[in-house]
Parts: sequence; C-alpha cells; structure tokens
Amino acid sequence: MTLLNVENLRVHYPTRTGLIEAVRGVSFTLGRERLGIVGESGSGKSQTGRAIMGLTPPSALITADRMDYAGIDLLRASDRQRRALRGGRIAMVLQDPKYSLDPVMTIGRQIAETLRTHSRVSASEARNRALDMLEAVQIRDPARVYDLYPHEVSGGMGQRAMIAMMLIAGPEMLIADEPTSALDVTVQLEVLSILDRLVRERGMGLIFISHDLRLVSSFCDRVLVMYAGRVVEEIAAGDLDRAQHPYTRGLIDCVPKIGEDRHPLPVLDRKPEWAK
Amino acid sequence: MSAILTAAHVSVRFDDYLALDDVSMAVAPGASFGLVGESGSGKSTLLRAVAGLAPVAAGQITVDGQPLRGARRSRDFYRRVQMVFQDPYGSLHPRQTVDRALLEPLAVHGFGDSDARIRRALDEVGLGASFRFRYPHQMSGGQRQRIAIARALILEPQILLLDEPTSALDASVQAEVLNLLEQVRRERGLTFVMVSHDLGVVTHMCDRLAVMQAGRIVEELAAADLARGAVTSDYTRRLMVASKGFVRAEAV
Repeated sequence: MTLLNVENLRVHYPTRTGLIEAVRGVSFTLGRERLGIVGESGSGKSQTGRAIMGLTPPSALITADRMDYAGIDLLRASDRQRRALRGGRIAMVLQDPKYSLDPVMTIGRQIAETLRTHSRVSASEARNRALDMLEAVQIRDPARVYDLYPHEVSGGMGQRAMIAMMLIAGPEMLIADEPTSALDVTVQLEVLSILDRLVRERGMGLIFISHDLRLVSSFCDRVLVMYAGRVVEEIAAGDLDRAQHPYTRGLIDCVPKIGEDRHPLPVLDRKPEWAK
Repeated sequence: MSAILTAAHVSVRFDDYLALDDVSMAVAPGASFGLVGESGSGKSTLLRAVAGLAPVAAGQITVDGQPLRGARRSRDFYRRVQMVFQDPYGSLHPRQTVDRALLEPLAVHGFGDSDARIRRALDEVGLGASFRFRYPHQMSGGQRQRIAIARALILEPQILLLDEPTSALDASVQAEVLNLLEQVRRERGLTFVMVSHDLGVVTHMCDRLAVMQAGRIVEELAAADLARGAVTSDYTRRLMVASKGFVRAEAV
C-alpha cells in the first residue's frame, strides 16, 4: 500500500541574486518500507523531507505534479489540515536533540503534550502513555527522565526522547533527518536499533535522510541518491555494490575503510552533466 | 628512537570532573598517531593538554625532550606545534580575510617575506591566489578547513595536532582533505597526532593509535593490528563493530 506519492517535486527559493533551485524534480513513492535518501550537503535531501512535512519557509516556491499522503493532497491542504497531520500521522526526527527539544519544558511534559495535541486523553493517561513510550525507547528509569530537562540528559538519551515524542501519537510515516549524525558511533547503533524495532513493529513508512551512504544502506530497503537537487540513482540497499552512477560509486569509494590501503583516497570528480 | 612528543601520567581535572586520568603516550618523530574514542573519552582533552588549552593537574608532557610546564607555552612551542580544529566555521575569524588569517601567525612570530609565504601556503593547500582576499563565509566547509591547515603550516611546524579535522565535512570533501594532510606530511616529514571518532579515518591516516574511554587509554596498538582484528579490549571491539554500520537484529 502506498502511503506517499511524490511526482516532480520542486522547491525553489527566490533571492535577490536569482532563483535557488534546491530540489529539481524529485519523484518517488513510499509504502510501509524504509526508504533512504542520501546526498552531500546542498543536494536537496533535507529540503525534500521538509517539503513533505510542510516545514518549508513561506518564501519558498513548492510545485509538484503530485504530492499526496494517504489520499490527502499535501499541496492544497489547509494549514489546519497540515497541523493535524504533522506530529499526528506524519512525524519527523531531526538531527540534534539539543536544538529540537524545548529547553524550558521537561521531557515528559513535551511528550505528553504531543499526545494531547493529537488525541483526546486525560492528563494522567497522557502521563502514563508518555512513561510507556519512554520505556519503549529503552530509557531505564522513565519516571526519573520524565521530570528532567533536555540539558540534563546526554545526546543519545535526548534523541531517544525525541523518538518517543514523535512516535507517541502513532504516526504512519516517520521522516528521520540525520537522526544519529550528532551521536557517537556506539550510541548511534543503539538509537538505530530502537528506531528499527519500532518502525517494524508498528508497520510505519520511514524516510531516512543521511549523508552516510553506508549507514543508510545497512538500515533501509531502498536508497535514493541525490545530487544537485535531483535523484541520480535509485537502488535496492543490498545492491549498493552494483551501483551504476559514477556519483554513487564515488561516494562509496571515497570513504576510508578499516583494513584497506588506498593512498591517496579516490576523490569525486564532479561532472557537470550529473546535475542535468 | 626518541619520541618527539611524550605524555607521562597526565591528568586533567575540570573542578570535580576528571577528564584525563593518568594517561601516557609517546609519539615518534615523523609518525602519525591516532586517538579514538567516543565523546567524553578525553581524546580531545589530551590534544588540548599538549597545546596548553587544558589545565594539567598532574603528570608531564614533553616536546623534543623539553618538559612543558602548566598551561604556559612559549612562542617557540607554537612555532613547532600547531593545531587544526574540528569546526572550520568556528576556527576562522568571520571578519578577517584569508590574507589576515595567514598574516597573523607570521607577524606574531616575526617571519619576513610574508607575501611570498602566503602565496606559497595557499598553493600548497590547493587553493589559488584568488582565495586570498575572501572572507570565511565566501568559502565552503572544505575550503575553510584548507585555510585552517594553511594557517597551521605557514609557520613550518614539526608537529600538527588535528582535532577531528574532517568530521564536519562531507565524505567526498573529507577524502580530499585527508589526501592533502597525507601529502603535506610526506613532503615535510611532519608528525601528526590526530583525534577522530571514525576508526576508518584513523586507520587510514595513522600507523599507531590509542583507544580511549572515560579519560583513560584502554589500548594502544598498530593500525595494521586493528585491521587484522588483533585487539585485546572489548571496548575497541565494540567500536569496530559500530564502525561497520547497522546490523539488524534477527527478525523473530
């Protein structure tokens, strides 16, 4: 079943010096699967995620032949409809919990607030469900963490709290924009396995945005590789070794790996025709 | 072989927090030494202690056999030891041109012939003369990091301290900067001490490395041994597993 349909999405920013074309004609569909979007900074991967979420600043021009989510036309949805979707049926996890959590509100209250915004539950039930959710993201002492402020927890714990907040309203689709890039490698894997388990158990669709091709391919079913606002290659994660596009190959090759002796490292030789 | 840089039983304390706990290392001249570990393991603190940027509570650091006292460093020390920081956005003055940034160390250390030196430094890091009068915001992250490297190299130091020099960069740009660092090390016979959380990067760049956890060195080994998997500590093993990417737990 298709959750999300995107055809020919374009995100443009008019500026004094001309039009910046951040996303230039991206098309894909998402079912109940894990889709990775990979690219370097400036490739348009985050802009794609934000456009779907409705978080693009008002100055941007968004056009698409089609962009709908479970039958709702996102291009024509009212702000009110959008608000109901956001955090309710579509959720988003951002890169750094230091900036995406409210610094002056306890973690538990933030999570409970999300739930109460999207469904009619009593304060005590919201509290109980928030505690359950904290437990589901493997926080050992939920009652203690509930009353902590974001600055009192580590990055890994903050990101788990963020995931708990995003999943408490029971979304059908989750957009994760570099959810682990600010975390240590060892913590990264814990957070990913929590995310993986929850997405699988709940049968959600996931869009995983990252610059780390290897990480994405080990986590997702399918990967879109973006360059200069376009999708240059779509590939099943298992077939990454057989990637065709020179940009994808370049991205794989330029990363130093343990036990390899390649001096100097191959670098990307960017061809202007890739951007066409 | 006498070491060019040593640390013996060094501890660093921030109030009640022991950031470095009795750490010792020795780096041979011309070697490339790596420090890996997660955040809070003390790897950057060790580097900063060498540079005089962290309060050393106990132990001794020597450069070229000469002991360094406290956090004071002589001008001569900074001519021989230079540092490159993680964030190229934060380590360059936003209102100074590249020219000013490169002129400053030359002026401080009384180098003559600054015009030719600046031109040579820009050439060496692969940026042409056209970058000389740019401001940091007019350059990409990779270009800024090249300027930070040029600024460190312009004094012709012997030792370069590298604190996560590529972790703020895209993978493709990272490869370019790592190649540049290897090239200047080869050409000038520099000694590197490099901090990174990325085992792939450290084993690529360094011959020996120390794995740090909670302010201590848990293991010191050759990069080749790490690649073969000949590691003794569980923590190193965990880092190695983590660096291979995500492995899905078997579905039940």
